[in-house]
Amino acid sequence: MRVSCTVNGRRVTADDVWEGESLLYVLRERLGLPGSKNACEQGECGSCSVYLDGTLVCACLVLAGQAEDRDLVTVEGIGSAESLHPVQAAFVEAGAVQCGFCTPGLIVATHDLLRRVPQPTTVQIREALAGNICRCTGYAKIIDAVHLAAGRMGAS
Amino acid sequence: MEFLQPASWPEALAMKAAHPEALPIAGGTDVMVEINFDRQRPATIIDLTRVADLNAWGMERGFLRIGAGVTYTRIIDELGERLPGLAMASRTVGSPQIRNRGTVGGNLGSASPAGDAHPPLLASNALVELASTSGSRRVPVREFYIGPKRNAMRKDELIAAFLVEPGKGPQQFSKVGTRNAMVIAVCSFAIALDSERRQVGTGIGSAAPTPVTAGEAETFMKAVLDEGRLWERPAPVASSALARFGELVAAAARPIDDVRGTAAYRTHALAVLARRSFTWAWDEYRRTAPA
Repeated sequence: MRVSCTVNGRRVTADDVWEGESLLYVLRERLGLPGSKNACEQGECGSCSVYLDGTLVCACLVLAGQAEDRDLVTVEGIGSAESLHPVQAAFVEAGAVQCGFCTPGLIVATHDLLRRVPQPTTVQIREALAGNICRCTGYAKIIDAVHLAAGRMGAS
Repeated sequence: MEFLQPASWPEALAMKAAHPEALPIAGGTDVMVEINFDRQRPATIIDLTRVADLNAWGMERGFLRIGAGVTYTRIIDELGERLPGLAMASRTVGSPQIRNRGTVGGNLGSASPAGDAHPPLLASNALVELASTSGSRRVPVREFYIGPKRNAMRKDELIAAFLVEPGKGPQQFSKVGTRNAMVIAVCSFAIALDSERRQVGTGIGSAAPTPVTAGEAETFMKAVLDEGRLWERPAPVASSALARFGELVAAAARPIDDVRGTAAYRTHALAVLARRSFTWAWDEYRRTAPA
Protein backbone atom coordinates (compact mmCIF):
# COMPACT_ATOMS: atom_id res chain seq x y z
CA MET A 1 0.00 0.00 0.00
CA ARG A 2 0.97 3.66 -0.36
CA VAL A 3 1.18 5.95 2.66
CA SER A 4 1.32 9.73 2.32
CA CYS A 5 1.75 12.09 5.23
CA THR A 6 3.54 15.24 6.31
CA VAL A 7 6.86 14.70 8.07
CA ASN A 8 8.72 17.67 9.55
CA GLY A 9 6.71 20.01 7.35
CA ARG A 10 7.31 18.12 4.10
CA ARG A 11 4.71 16.12 2.24
CA VAL A 12 6.13 12.62 1.71
CA THR A 13 4.96 9.35 0.18
CA ALA A 14 6.11 5.82 0.84
CA ASP A 15 5.30 3.04 -1.60
CA ASP A 16 5.14 -0.73 -1.22
CA VAL A 17 4.38 -0.43 2.49
CA TRP A 18 3.26 -3.72 4.04
CA GLU A 19 -0.14 -3.32 5.70
CA GLY A 20 1.19 -4.64 9.03
CA GLU A 21 4.18 -2.31 9.07
CA SER A 22 4.75 0.19 11.89
CA LEU A 23 5.15 3.91 11.36
CA LEU A 24 8.63 3.52 12.83
CA TYR A 25 9.65 1.18 10.02
CA VAL A 26 8.23 3.55 7.44
CA LEU A 27 10.16 6.48 8.90
CA ARG A 28 13.48 4.66 9.20
CA GLU A 29 13.52 2.27 6.26
CA ARG A 30 11.35 3.96 3.65
CA LEU A 31 11.68 7.69 4.33
CA GLY A 32 15.35 7.75 5.34
CA LEU A 33 14.77 9.23 8.78
CA PRO A 34 16.80 7.06 11.18
CA GLY A 35 16.66 9.51 14.10
CA SER A 36 13.77 7.65 15.70
CA LYS A 37 15.37 4.52 17.12
CA ASN A 38 14.09 0.97 16.97
CA ALA A 39 14.67 -0.92 20.19
CA CYS A 40 11.81 -2.68 21.90
CA GLU A 41 8.99 -2.52 19.31
CA GLN A 42 6.46 -2.74 22.14
CA GLY A 43 6.14 0.80 23.48
CA GLU A 44 8.31 0.10 26.52
CA CYS A 45 11.46 2.11 25.75
CA GLY A 46 10.36 5.41 24.18
CA SER A 47 13.29 5.45 21.72
CA CYS A 48 10.91 5.96 18.81
CA SER A 49 8.95 8.86 20.34
CA VAL A 50 7.52 11.20 17.69
CA TYR A 51 4.65 13.66 17.42
CA LEU A 52 1.55 12.43 15.59
CA ASP A 53 -0.77 15.39 14.97
CA GLY A 54 0.94 17.14 17.88
CA THR A 55 0.60 14.21 20.29
CA LEU A 56 3.62 12.36 21.69
CA VAL A 57 3.43 8.70 20.65
CA CYS A 58 5.63 5.66 20.14
CA ALA A 59 6.04 5.28 16.37
CA CYS A 60 6.43 1.51 16.79
CA LEU A 61 2.80 1.28 17.99
CA VAL A 62 1.29 3.26 15.11
CA LEU A 63 0.23 1.15 12.16
CA ALA A 64 1.57 2.67 8.94
CA GLY A 65 -1.89 3.25 7.47
CA GLN A 66 -2.95 5.10 10.58
CA ALA A 67 -0.44 7.83 9.66
CA GLU A 68 -2.11 8.49 6.29
CA ASP A 69 -2.61 12.26 5.88
CA ARG A 70 -1.39 12.87 9.41
CA ASP A 71 1.19 15.43 10.48
CA LEU A 72 4.38 13.97 11.97
CA VAL A 73 7.37 15.56 13.65
CA THR A 74 10.43 13.44 14.35
CA VAL A 75 13.64 14.36 16.17
CA GLU A 76 15.01 15.48 12.77
CA GLY A 77 12.33 18.18 12.77
CA ILE A 78 13.17 19.52 16.21
CA GLY A 79 16.69 20.72 15.51
CA SER A 80 19.65 20.14 13.21
CA ALA A 81 23.40 19.66 13.63
CA GLU A 82 23.91 23.27 12.57
CA SER A 83 21.15 24.61 14.78
CA LEU A 84 20.49 22.55 17.88
CA HIS A 85 17.20 23.05 19.68
CA PRO A 86 17.77 24.34 23.25
CA VAL A 87 16.69 20.91 24.55
CA GLN A 88 19.36 19.23 22.42
CA ALA A 89 22.01 21.76 23.44
CA ALA A 90 21.15 21.23 27.10
CA PHE A 91 21.46 17.43 26.75
CA VAL A 92 24.95 17.84 25.25
CA GLU A 93 26.11 20.35 27.84
CA ALA A 94 24.73 18.49 30.84
CA GLY A 95 26.36 15.21 29.82
CA ALA A 96 22.98 13.58 29.35
CA VAL A 97 24.19 11.76 26.24
CA GLN A 98 26.36 8.68 26.60
CA CYS A 99 25.76 5.96 23.99
CA GLY A 100 23.07 8.21 22.54
CA PHE A 101 20.60 5.56 21.51
CA CYS A 102 17.81 6.77 23.79
CA THR A 103 18.58 10.44 23.19
CA PRO A 104 16.29 11.13 20.19
CA GLY A 105 13.27 9.79 22.04
CA LEU A 106 14.20 11.73 25.16
CA ILE A 107 14.61 14.93 23.13
CA VAL A 108 11.12 14.59 21.66
CA ALA A 109 9.57 13.63 25.00
CA THR A 110 11.32 16.53 26.76
CA HIS A 111 10.21 18.90 24.01
CA ASP A 112 6.63 17.75 24.61
CA LEU A 113 6.96 18.17 28.39
CA LEU A 114 8.35 21.72 28.18
CA ARG A 115 5.60 22.70 25.74
CA ARG A 116 2.99 21.59 28.29
CA VAL A 117 4.86 22.45 31.50
CA PRO A 118 7.50 25.13 30.86
CA GLN A 119 9.06 24.94 34.35
CA PRO A 120 8.63 21.35 35.51
CA THR A 121 9.59 20.04 38.92
CA THR A 122 11.91 17.03 39.15
CA VAL A 123 8.89 14.86 39.96
CA GLN A 124 7.08 16.11 36.86
CA ILE A 125 10.19 15.40 34.76
CA ARG A 126 10.46 11.85 36.12
CA GLU A 127 6.78 11.25 35.41
CA ALA A 128 6.93 12.72 31.90
CA LEU A 129 10.04 10.72 30.95
CA ALA A 130 8.96 7.48 32.65
CA GLY A 131 8.43 5.82 29.28
CA ASN A 132 11.91 6.65 27.97
CA ILE A 133 14.49 4.15 29.08
CA CYS A 134 18.23 4.94 29.27
CA ARG A 135 20.69 2.21 30.22
CA CYS A 136 23.79 4.44 30.48
CA THR A 137 23.25 7.60 32.44
CA GLY A 138 21.29 6.61 35.50
CA TYR A 139 19.00 9.54 34.56
CA ALA A 140 20.55 12.15 36.89
CA LYS A 141 22.16 14.08 34.06
CA ILE A 142 19.07 13.73 31.90
CA ILE A 143 17.04 15.41 34.63
CA ASP A 144 19.75 18.08 34.95
CA ALA A 145 19.50 18.66 31.19
CA VAL A 146 15.72 19.13 31.32
CA HIS A 147 16.07 21.68 34.13
CA LEU A 148 18.82 23.45 32.16
CA ALA A 149 16.69 23.58 29.01
CA ALA A 150 13.64 24.76 30.95
CA GLY A 151 15.63 27.56 32.58
CA ARG A 152 17.05 28.77 29.27
CA MET A 153 13.82 28.49 27.32
CA GLY A 154 11.95 30.31 30.08
CA ALA A 155 14.56 33.08 30.14
CA SER A 156 14.57 33.64 26.38
CA MET B 1 -2.96 -8.46 5.14
CA GLU B 2 -5.85 -6.20 4.31
CA PHE B 3 -6.05 -2.73 5.88
CA LEU B 4 -9.52 -1.20 6.17
CA GLN B 5 -10.05 2.37 7.30
CA PRO B 6 -13.71 3.24 7.78
CA ALA B 7 -14.52 6.96 7.92
CA SER B 8 -17.75 6.53 9.87
CA TRP B 9 -19.32 4.24 12.46
CA PRO B 10 -21.90 2.69 10.06
CA GLU B 11 -19.06 1.97 7.64
CA ALA B 12 -17.00 0.38 10.43
CA LEU B 13 -19.91 -1.89 11.42
CA ALA B 14 -20.50 -2.89 7.79
CA MET B 15 -16.80 -3.78 7.42
CA LYS B 16 -16.87 -5.86 10.62
CA ALA B 17 -20.00 -7.66 9.37
CA ALA B 18 -18.27 -8.42 6.07
CA HIS B 19 -15.01 -9.45 7.80
CA PRO B 20 -15.99 -11.04 11.13
CA GLU B 21 -12.41 -12.23 11.74
CA ALA B 22 -10.95 -8.75 11.26
CA LEU B 23 -8.92 -7.36 14.14
CA PRO B 24 -9.91 -3.83 15.18
CA ILE B 25 -7.11 -1.40 16.02
CA ALA B 26 -7.35 1.96 17.79
CA GLY B 27 -4.31 3.20 19.75
CA GLY B 28 -2.35 0.10 18.79
CA THR B 29 -0.74 -0.35 22.20
CA ASP B 30 -1.82 -4.01 22.32
CA VAL B 31 -2.39 -4.85 18.65
CA MET B 32 0.92 -3.51 17.35
CA VAL B 33 2.91 -5.50 19.89
CA GLU B 34 1.19 -8.64 18.62
CA ILE B 35 2.00 -7.75 15.00
CA ASN B 36 5.55 -6.51 15.62
CA PHE B 37 6.43 -9.78 17.35
CA ASP B 38 4.56 -11.88 14.81
CA ARG B 39 2.30 -13.35 17.49
CA GLN B 40 -0.72 -12.56 15.37
CA ARG B 41 -0.95 -12.12 11.63
CA PRO B 42 -4.56 -11.05 11.10
CA ALA B 43 -5.88 -11.34 7.56
CA THR B 44 -7.72 -8.05 7.99
CA ILE B 45 -7.28 -5.04 10.25
CA ILE B 46 -9.93 -2.36 10.75
CA ASP B 47 -8.48 0.99 11.82
CA LEU B 48 -11.00 2.79 14.02
CA THR B 49 -9.01 6.01 14.50
CA ARG B 50 -10.95 7.85 11.75
CA VAL B 51 -14.36 7.16 13.32
CA ALA B 52 -15.11 10.48 15.02
CA ASP B 53 -18.06 9.07 17.03
CA LEU B 54 -15.67 6.87 19.02
CA ASN B 55 -13.75 9.91 20.30
CA ALA B 56 -16.75 11.65 21.84
CA TRP B 57 -18.24 11.47 25.33
CA GLY B 58 -21.32 12.99 26.92
CA MET B 59 -24.10 12.53 29.46
CA GLU B 60 -26.98 10.20 28.73
CA ARG B 61 -29.74 9.73 31.33
CA GLY B 62 -27.48 9.98 34.35
CA PHE B 63 -24.64 8.01 32.76
CA LEU B 64 -21.46 9.20 31.15
CA ARG B 65 -21.33 7.54 27.73
CA ILE B 66 -17.67 7.48 26.71
CA GLY B 67 -16.64 6.50 23.21
CA ALA B 68 -14.40 3.46 22.97
CA GLY B 69 -11.67 5.54 21.33
CA VAL B 70 -11.25 8.10 24.12
CA THR B 71 -7.64 7.85 25.31
CA TYR B 72 -6.41 7.47 28.87
CA THR B 73 -4.87 10.96 28.68
CA ARG B 74 -8.29 12.43 27.87
CA ILE B 75 -9.99 10.43 30.63
CA ILE B 76 -7.48 11.88 33.11
CA ASP B 77 -7.74 15.45 31.77
CA GLU B 78 -11.44 15.65 30.91
CA LEU B 79 -13.16 13.17 33.24
CA GLY B 80 -10.84 12.96 36.22
CA GLU B 81 -13.24 14.73 38.58
CA ARG B 82 -16.31 12.72 37.61
CA LEU B 83 -14.57 9.35 37.38
CA PRO B 84 -11.80 9.55 39.97
CA GLY B 85 -11.26 5.78 40.22
CA LEU B 86 -10.92 5.27 36.49
CA ALA B 87 -8.68 8.34 36.28
CA MET B 88 -6.40 6.94 39.00
CA ALA B 89 -6.15 3.67 37.12
CA SER B 90 -5.54 5.55 33.88
CA ARG B 91 -2.61 7.41 35.43
CA THR B 92 -0.92 4.07 36.11
CA VAL B 93 -1.18 2.95 32.48
CA GLY B 94 2.20 2.79 30.74
CA SER B 95 3.82 6.16 30.05
CA PRO B 96 2.63 9.46 28.55
CA GLN B 97 3.18 8.00 25.07
CA ILE B 98 1.00 4.98 25.89
CA ARG B 99 -1.72 6.99 27.64
CA ASN B 100 -1.85 9.32 24.61
CA ARG B 101 -2.82 6.39 22.38
CA GLY B 102 -4.29 3.63 24.56
CA THR B 103 -8.06 3.50 25.03
CA VAL B 104 -10.49 1.91 27.45
CA GLY B 105 -12.18 0.38 24.41
CA GLY B 106 -8.93 -1.40 23.65
CA ASN B 107 -8.61 -2.61 27.24
CA LEU B 108 -12.13 -4.08 26.96
CA GLY B 109 -11.40 -5.63 23.57
CA SER B 110 -8.18 -7.26 24.76
CA ALA B 111 -9.87 -8.31 28.03
CA SER B 112 -6.54 -9.07 29.66
CA PRO B 113 -7.02 -9.88 33.35
CA ALA B 114 -4.27 -7.30 34.00
CA GLY B 115 -5.94 -4.40 32.15
CA ASP B 116 -5.90 -1.37 34.44
CA ALA B 117 -9.33 -0.03 33.44
CA HIS B 118 -11.21 -3.18 34.43
CA PRO B 119 -11.21 -2.93 38.25
CA PRO B 120 -12.68 0.62 38.38
CA LEU B 121 -15.26 -0.28 35.70
CA LEU B 122 -16.29 -3.30 37.80
CA ALA B 123 -16.42 -1.25 41.01
CA SER B 124 -18.72 1.29 39.33
CA ASN B 125 -20.96 -1.26 37.59
CA ALA B 126 -20.18 0.09 34.14
CA LEU B 127 -21.93 -1.07 30.98
CA VAL B 128 -20.21 -1.95 27.69
CA GLU B 129 -22.06 -0.90 24.55
CA LEU B 130 -21.53 -3.36 21.71
CA ALA B 131 -22.78 -2.70 18.19
CA SER B 132 -23.20 -4.53 14.90
CA THR B 133 -25.16 -3.92 11.72
CA SER B 134 -28.10 -5.64 13.42
CA GLY B 135 -28.21 -3.21 16.35
CA SER B 136 -26.57 -2.49 19.65
CA ARG B 137 -26.72 -3.93 23.17
CA ARG B 138 -25.39 -2.93 26.55
CA VAL B 139 -23.67 -5.62 28.59
CA PRO B 140 -22.94 -5.10 32.31
CA VAL B 141 -19.16 -5.13 32.64
CA ARG B 142 -19.64 -7.67 35.45
CA GLU B 143 -20.83 -10.11 32.74
CA PHE B 144 -18.43 -8.98 30.03
CA TYR B 145 -15.26 -10.90 30.92
CA ILE B 146 -15.73 -14.60 30.28
CA GLY B 147 -12.19 -16.01 30.28
CA PRO B 148 -8.52 -15.10 29.97
CA LYS B 149 -8.42 -12.48 27.20
CA ARG B 150 -11.97 -13.44 26.22
CA ASN B 151 -15.06 -11.29 26.41
CA ALA B 152 -18.76 -11.49 25.59
CA MET B 153 -18.47 -9.95 22.13
CA ARG B 154 -19.82 -11.64 19.03
CA LYS B 155 -17.58 -11.79 15.97
CA ASP B 156 -19.66 -9.21 14.12
CA GLU B 157 -19.59 -6.67 16.95
CA LEU B 158 -17.41 -3.70 17.75
CA ILE B 159 -17.17 -1.82 21.06
CA ALA B 160 -18.96 1.50 20.66
CA ALA B 161 -18.64 2.93 24.15
CA PHE B 162 -18.82 2.26 27.84
CA LEU B 163 -21.30 3.82 30.21
CA VAL B 164 -20.69 4.65 33.82
CA GLU B 165 -22.35 6.89 36.35
CA PRO B 166 -20.31 9.85 37.56
CA GLY B 167 -18.86 8.91 40.94
CA LYS B 168 -21.41 9.14 43.74
CA GLY B 169 -18.78 9.02 46.42
CA PRO B 170 -15.06 8.52 46.92
CA GLN B 171 -13.23 6.07 44.67
CA GLN B 172 -9.76 4.58 44.88
CA PHE B 173 -7.47 2.41 42.79
CA SER B 174 -4.23 0.77 43.82
CA LYS B 175 -1.83 -1.43 41.96
CA VAL B 176 1.24 -3.46 42.84
CA GLY B 177 4.16 -3.43 40.42
CA THR B 178 7.91 -3.23 40.32
CA ARG B 179 7.98 0.45 39.27
CA ASN B 180 5.65 3.42 39.49
CA ALA B 181 5.46 3.63 35.71
CA MET B 182 5.42 1.32 32.69
CA VAL B 183 4.27 -1.59 34.75
CA ILE B 184 1.79 -4.38 34.23
CA ALA B 185 -0.09 -5.06 37.45
CA VAL B 186 1.03 -7.88 39.70
CA CYS B 187 -2.40 -7.32 41.20
CA SER B 188 -4.69 -4.34 41.50
CA PHE B 189 -7.81 -3.28 43.34
CA ALA B 190 -10.50 -0.64 42.86
CA ILE B 191 -13.19 0.55 45.22
CA ALA B 192 -16.17 2.84 44.60
CA LEU B 193 -18.37 4.08 47.42
CA ASP B 194 -21.91 4.97 46.34
CA SER B 195 -23.22 7.22 49.09
CA GLU B 196 -26.65 7.56 47.41
CA ARG B 197 -27.39 3.84 47.17
CA ARG B 198 -25.14 3.15 50.15
CA GLN B 199 -23.21 0.49 48.32
CA VAL B 200 -19.60 -0.55 48.14
CA GLY B 201 -18.27 -1.62 44.72
CA THR B 202 -15.05 -3.55 44.18
CA GLY B 203 -12.88 -4.73 41.32
CA ILE B 204 -9.81 -6.97 41.31
CA GLY B 205 -7.23 -7.07 38.54
CA SER B 206 -4.48 -9.54 37.63
CA ALA B 207 -5.44 -12.11 40.26
CA ALA B 208 -7.91 -14.42 38.49
CA PRO B 209 -8.50 -15.68 34.93
CA THR B 210 -10.58 -12.53 34.38
CA PRO B 211 -11.03 -9.24 36.20
CA VAL B 212 -13.46 -10.04 39.05
CA THR B 213 -15.48 -8.39 41.79
CA ALA B 214 -15.43 -9.34 45.45
CA GLY B 215 -19.17 -9.75 46.04
CA GLU B 216 -18.96 -11.09 49.59
CA ALA B 217 -16.62 -8.28 50.58
CA GLU B 218 -19.07 -5.75 49.11
CA THR B 219 -22.01 -7.26 51.01
CA PHE B 220 -20.02 -7.50 54.23
CA MET B 221 -18.85 -3.89 54.19
CA LYS B 222 -22.30 -2.60 53.21
CA ALA B 223 -23.68 -4.38 56.29
CA VAL B 224 -20.95 -2.92 58.52
CA LEU B 225 -21.72 0.59 57.30
CA ASP B 226 -25.52 0.14 57.46
CA GLU B 227 -25.59 -1.49 60.89
CA GLY B 228 -23.27 1.10 62.40
CA ARG B 229 -25.33 3.90 60.75
CA LEU B 230 -21.93 5.07 59.54
CA TRP B 231 -23.20 6.70 56.33
CA GLU B 232 -25.17 9.16 58.51
CA ARG B 233 -22.58 9.52 61.27
CA PRO B 234 -19.27 8.83 59.59
CA ALA B 235 -16.83 7.33 62.07
CA PRO B 236 -13.80 5.14 61.53
CA VAL B 237 -14.55 1.52 60.63
CA ALA B 238 -13.34 -0.98 63.24
CA SER B 239 -9.99 -2.51 62.40
CA SER B 240 -11.47 -6.00 62.76
CA ALA B 241 -14.00 -5.16 60.03
CA LEU B 242 -11.28 -3.73 57.81
CA ALA B 243 -9.22 -6.89 58.23
CA ARG B 244 -12.25 -9.06 57.40
CA PHE B 245 -12.94 -6.94 54.31
CA GLY B 246 -9.36 -7.52 53.15
CA GLU B 247 -9.68 -11.27 53.74
CA LEU B 248 -12.91 -11.43 51.76
CA VAL B 249 -11.38 -9.51 48.84
CA ALA B 250 -8.37 -11.84 48.83
CA ALA B 251 -10.71 -14.84 48.97
CA ALA B 252 -12.53 -13.63 45.84
CA ALA B 253 -9.33 -13.87 43.79
CA ARG B 254 -8.08 -16.99 42.07
CA PRO B 255 -4.45 -16.08 41.50
CA ILE B 256 -1.74 -18.17 39.89
CA ASP B 257 2.05 -18.21 40.16
CA ASP B 258 3.62 -16.50 37.17
CA VAL B 259 6.67 -14.43 36.24
CA ARG B 260 5.29 -11.33 37.96
CA GLY B 261 4.46 -12.88 41.30
CA THR B 262 3.23 -15.90 43.20
CA ALA B 263 -0.36 -16.69 44.05
CA ALA B 264 0.47 -16.42 47.75
CA TYR B 265 1.98 -12.96 47.27
CA ARG B 266 -1.02 -11.78 45.27
CA THR B 267 -3.44 -13.05 47.90
CA HIS B 268 -1.55 -11.27 50.66
CA ALA B 269 -1.13 -8.07 48.64
CA LEU B 270 -4.82 -7.93 47.71
CA ALA B 271 -5.89 -8.04 51.34
CA VAL B 272 -3.55 -5.12 52.05
CA LEU B 273 -4.64 -3.13 48.97
CA ALA B 274 -8.31 -3.67 49.81
CA ARG B 275 -7.94 -2.56 53.42
CA ARG B 276 -5.90 0.51 52.50
CA SER B 277 -8.05 1.50 49.53
CA PHE B 278 -11.24 1.26 51.54
CA THR B 279 -9.68 3.31 54.33
CA TRP B 280 -8.53 6.04 51.92
CA ALA B 281 -12.00 6.19 50.38
CA TRP B 282 -13.80 6.10 53.74
CA ASP B 283 -11.53 8.82 55.18
CA GLU B 284 -12.44 10.98 52.20
CA TYR B 285 -16.13 10.29 52.78
CA ARG B 286 -15.77 11.27 56.43
CA ARG B 287 -14.06 14.53 55.46
CA THR B 288 -16.56 15.45 52.77
CA ALA B 289 -19.89 13.94 53.88
CA PRO B 290 -22.60 16.48 54.68
CA ALA B 291 -22.82 16.84 58.46
